[in-house]
Amino acid sequence: MTYIVKPKLHHPKLKQNALGFTHRDYEGKVSTLCAGCGHDSISAALIQAFFELDLEPHRVAKLSGIGCSSKTPDYFLGQSHGFNSVHGRMPSVATGASLANRDLIYLGVSGDGDSASIGLGQLAHCLRRGVNMVYIVENNGVYGLTKGQFSATADKGSKSKKGAGNQDAPIDLVSLAIIMGATFVARSFSGDKQQLVHLIKAAIEHKGAAFIDCISPCVAFNNHPGSTKSFDYVREHNEAVNAIEFIESKAPIKADYEPGTVALVRQHDGTYLKLKKLHTDYDPTDKTAALAYLMAHQAKGEVVTGLLHVEPEAEDLCGRMNVAKAPLNSLNEAELCPGSSALAKINAELR
Amino acid sequence: MVPTDVRDPNYFHKVVDCQWACPAHTPVPEYIRLIAAGRYTDAYMINWYSNVFPGILGRTCDRPCEPACRRGRLEPEPVAICRLKRVAADNKDDVRSLLPARPAKKNGKRVALIGCGPASLTVVRDLAPLGYELVIFDQDKGTGGMIRSQIPRFRLPEEVIDEECGYILERGFVELKLGWRIDSMKQLLAENFDAIFVGSGAPRGRDLDIPGRKEAANNIHIGIDWLSNVSFEHIDKIGKRVVVLGGGNTAMDCCRTARRLGGEEVKVVVRSGFGEMKASPWEKEDAMHEGIPIFNFLVPKSFTHENGKLTGIVFEKVKAEKDAKGRRQLVPTGEPDEHFPCDDVLVAVGQENAFPWIERDIGIEFDQRNMPKVDEKTMCSSHPKVFFGGDAAFGPKNIIWAVAHGHDAAISIDKSCHGEDVNDRPPPLVNLSSQKMGIHEWSYDNDISNDTRFKVPLRDQAITLKNLKVEVELGFDRALGYKETRRCLNCDVQTVFTRDLCIECDACVDICPVDCITFTFNGLEADLRTRLTAPAENLTQDLYVSDRLKTGRVMIKDEDVCLHCGLCAERCPTGAWDMQKFLLDMAHATEVSACRRG
Repeated sequence: MTYIVKPKLHHPKLKQNALGFTHRDYEGKVSTLCAGCGHDSISAALIQAFFELDLEPHRVAKLSGIGCSSKTPDYFLGQSHGFNSVHGRMPSVATGASLANRDLIYLGVSGDGDSASIGLGQLAHCLRRGVNMVYIVENNGVYGLTKGQFSATADKGSKSKKGAGNQDAPIDLVSLAIIMGATFVARSFSGDKQQLVHLIKAAIEHKGAAFIDCISPCVAFNNHPGSTKSFDYVREHNEAVNAIEFIESKAPIKADYEPGTVALVRQHDGTYLKLKKLHTDYDPTDKTAALAYLMAHQAKGEVVTGLLHVEPEAEDLCGRMNVAKAPLNSLNEAELCPGSSALAKINAELR
Repeated sequence: MVPTDVRDPNYFHKVVDCQWACPAHTPVPEYIRLIAAGRYTDAYMINWYSNVFPGILGRTCDRPCEPACRRGRLEPEPVAICRLKRVAADNKDDVRSLLPARPAKKNGKRVALIGCGPASLTVVRDLAPLGYELVIFDQDKGTGGMIRSQIPRFRLPEEVIDEECGYILERGFVELKLGWRIDSMKQLLAENFDAIFVGSGAPRGRDLDIPGRKEAANNIHIGIDWLSNVSFEHIDKIGKRVVVLGGGNTAMDCCRTARRLGGEEVKVVVRSGFGEMKASPWEKEDAMHEGIPIFNFLVPKSFTHENGKLTGIVFEKVKAEKDAKGRRQLVPTGEPDEHFPCDDVLVAVGQENAFPWIERDIGIEFDQRNMPKVDEKTMCSSHPKVFFGGDAAFGPKNIIWAVAHGHDAAISIDKSCHGEDVNDRPPPLVNLSSQKMGIHEWSYDNDISNDTRFKVPLRDQAITLKNLKVEVELGFDRALGYKETRRCLNCDVQTVFTRDLCIECDACVDICPVDCITFTFNGLEADLRTRLTAPAENLTQDLYVSDRLKTGRVMIKDEDVCLHCGLCAERCPTGAWDMQKFLLDMAHATEVSACRRG
């Protein structure tokens, strides 16, 4: 653990975003995770994404559960809102918060223990309801805080640091998310920040449940030759289906690239996702095909990454339920108590 | 780019900007850490070995280290390196027992030194412990050369000069011949010295030959001669209205001295603009702080006088313009001339070397500018027994350059006296050692301070302007000095990268507070500089490039604004980054001689 505060001095020529902030303004405290932890790279990618999207930190709410991953919200966006919930219960808190205040951007940070074991039910329902949030699982396949036991996402046959083999079948979080109805599903790797930053940006702008499974090697307990979540293994078996870029422009975009190499996905709010196809036959809007592709490639031991599934016309929970647009805490008495005539009207409708 | 070879001492030496910029290559961060630790004596001794005059330089150095300081690229102001040196000198214990022992016997070689200034004294410091018999000649009655004759006492107290010159002159068989002018090099050569060192400075102040100069001569003084006369107490007053001509450090010393000798209305008038003046920014500041205005873009045209007494100076107004070749030139503005009435004028428009006493037919070659031909590395002249150093070698510079010349000349003299090749220069002593103490513990304080530069406290002007000998600067006290030391970035604690250990986890990239680390594909330097995490636009600072990593990429670190905070090494899971202290000590004649014996 680093004891010193990260020095305030910064590079004199740092880029500023539209708000006049540098990426350093999006930092949090110095990480207390093990040196080299993949989670720290994900925190850095989140910092970069929020910086590049010109988002004000106070418009973001960070929610997390328990575990190494769930500690990380302390290490980025130091000036945002935050809630560290009970183990596995982050999705409930996120659901409630998003209903109470539609103005904030919700970022759920969880781990494979928090989401694939104790919180598996919570995860499924949160995605199924379409809570408008970014749900990121920092997936290292082990329980790092308790010294490296296999988690529910560890691949069958993969080895622990001491050499024991995992006997149980893994939970594949992306397949699960697609089946559960998440409208933006991606997988990435903490060691590939270029891909990860773009995916996070697109996920933040996606209206609906956006799920990112991010393989994040545990350098202390799961970065050895028998692991399938080590830097080396993921680098060797990484099969990126596409390279994504989020485009904010709502004007029609002229295609100036070779046909078949790039797909433009127009989203509900008029923004575009530009997908550079790395596998020409992969169509992320086709749910069935995506699932088949995932299963086929997983069987070969490949780690499929990129934007795996997106529903351009996604709806979110608040939209479907017609929840008040203004945050509940800003409603005044007149709005909350519309009076006896309004009550009579509602009662009449129910008779 | 080719992977960086960190075994080349120059690579890490360049990263220690202050040490690299110092002509004597004093290990600055090393002594700053010692000051922080309260080890003032040790800090003083590091300085003493390297620059010979820590107390003097801590007050008067031209400080080439400070504009080079890395902190100055992150903040407006660099670390106050020079004044920290003074903290070491002010707070040290008695160092006499730590100085090199006097030699038991002579080594049979005799060396004559002309001038008793910083260059000669450095040669003496280096050669005396080796048993040389050293004879110093100086036309003045005091030791120290220009240190004593030209630097006013309110900047540098006499006791400091006596102390530090004393340390040197006590070191061995040194004979002082003060008030002794050398008028003929030929005669001196005939006295069969094994070597002669010329450290006679640049003793001639340039004059200003304009109308009225002769008529008003009584009230027109050459700056350095006047300062010297003040220093040796031949002059103790000046007129009420004084004009100082010139924009260098001598002009600043002249005006401030005049202010203390009765000058009530002292003005400095300079040909060039304020920014182009040769004086160091802090010296200009000090003068203005004492109520001395500086007038720029005025060229002296004539002295006005009445009945043989000076009444003032007429100046032509000029402006800076670029000529067809893009060179800056001063051209008249066409406005009417300006008359500055005054009682006395001090002319400080430059200094020259003068060697009328060196015969031109004795084997010492001179160039077209009438300067001796001197080798920049060895300080050798074209005569095998004659060596030069200080201002006498290449024209007016400053004390720290004189010291550097002295060290080089001492090595050459020692080699030449032993029949060795003077061009075979001894390499510096270089040491690189890990500073890791525990998991995230380093043997240096990596938690650097966010403070901006502290100001040196000054004594009340009501006192200082009345007495020429009262020192203006009080210096940092221990507490303030400690705070200033914590601004040092420890640039000598190097980030050393081991390619084979790196797993490319990006932890160092993410934690670096100044975005100086990038993992990317190799390319040409010009291209790479545009592809880094933060722009690498300072071309004077190197890129540290690793060999190819597993993914085919390379690690590139821009040395420019690295804080040496060690966070890359703290966050590195495999120890691919380590913080290692780079200590470089220049070899001096003493070490060369020790190697010969051993």
